[in-house]
Amino acid sequence: MHEMSVALSVVDQVEQAARPQGAHGVRRVAVEIGELAGVVPDALAFCFELACAGTRLEGAELVTRSVPGRAHCTPCGRGWDTGMPPDMICAVCRAGATELLTGRELRITEVHWSAAPTAPGPAPVPQSEES
Amino acid sequence: MCRTVDLRQAVLAKNTMAAGILRTELTARGTTVVNLLSSPGSGKTALLERELQLCRERGLATAALTADLATENDATRLARSGVPVKQVLTDGLCHLEADMLAGHLHDWLPDPTRLLFVENVGNLVCPASYDLGESLRVVLASVTEGEDKPLKYPAAFGLAQLVIVTKSDLAGPAAFDEAAFRAHVERVNPGVEVVLTSVRTGEGAGVLVDRALAAADGERVHAPVMARAGA
Ligand SMILES: Nc1nc2c(ncn2[C@@H]2O[C@H](COP(=O)(O)OP(=O)(O)O)[C@@H](O)[C@H]2O)c(=O)[nH]1
Ligand SMILES: [Mg+2]
Ligand SMILES: [Zn+2]
Ligand SMILES: [Zn+2]
Repeated sequence: MHEMSVALSVVDQVEQAARPQGAHGVRRVAVEIGELAGVVPDALAFCFELACAGTRLEGAELVTRSVPGRAHCTPCGRGWDTGMPPDMICAVCRAGATELLTGRELRITEVHWSAAPTAPGPAPVPQSEES
Repeated sequence: MCRTVDLRQAVLAKNTMAAGILRTELTARGTTVVNLLSSPGSGKTALLERELQLCRERGLATAALTADLATENDATRLARSGVPVKQVLTDGLCHLEADMLAGHLHDWLPDPTRLLFVENVGNLVCPASYDLGESLRVVLASVTEGEDKPLKYPAAFGLAQLVIVTKSDLAGPAAFDEAAFRAHVERVNPGVEVVLTSVRTGEGAGVLVDRALAAADGERVHAPVMARAGA
């Protein structure tokens, strides 16, 4: 079960983003979890609560959004939901998919926090880092 | 005052970055990493014992690192081959991460090492999510584990660059349906090579070393569709 490692990473990354921006407390963290990412949302929510204890995220809510697996076949242009267990073979061409469009996400999307009442930080700069 | 910030950060970005750095560093040293994943008891250590022995006979500079929750037993078994071996105890952690591996290699990895085999913690769930800077990811399953293993652990099998079926000597007694197993692998990871091995009969001897050397020589390794994520 690596949901604890994942939860600790989430807390760590949110703390790192929140601190320089003067965040006081974190209310909510939204995470996208692909169907094929190998992470169980309920287990992550459980671990998240533990991982938040004693940090700026204490009491924060974790909102998870599941992203279905979607494959694409370039030769015939077909796209399909891979399902679970995933089917990566194009039903028309009987060949392997060219690409997995979605389904492997494990990404923090949004953080909702309250700014410190005394010293509001600078305007938030959205950070991006692609997987 | 509250604000919502669009963070868009991959949760495992730190590991992916550490793995990338490790891969670059090791490639510069002429070392290729092979990451071995399977359930406990599939035969990772047994296969490695045999393949390390072959490496030694062929004069290949090889090393092995084995990770377990507890005991040094696997390192003791692997060390009999005569190649440098390191045991890592993960202290309860169910998988290796790239920075942990880098830390263990730092003051141990002999120079030169052409092939470094890493026996991951026996577990088909968590290790699948962590790139270790390997150039070849191998997933093993024994004939006694059932033909539907690839469907039960799609992330592990879906990201494999080589699938090894172990204990083929037991295929008969276990009524192992090879065609069904291959079809299940193909469904989650079209095009990946599946090879049968047995340390009892010698079937598939040297296949791990051969594929590792091919990867080390820069030959194209299989690119699983699951790893070709668009997002
Ligand atoms: N019959 C048979 N048994 C094997 C084979 N490979 C491994 N085993 C046995 O399977 C058990 C687990 O093997 P081990 O290498 O420790 O698995 P690991 O946990 O994946 O490292 C041991 O009792 C081995 O002797 C094989 O090819 N044939
Ligand atoms: Mg072992
Ligand atoms: Zn785990
Ligand atoms: Zn098609």
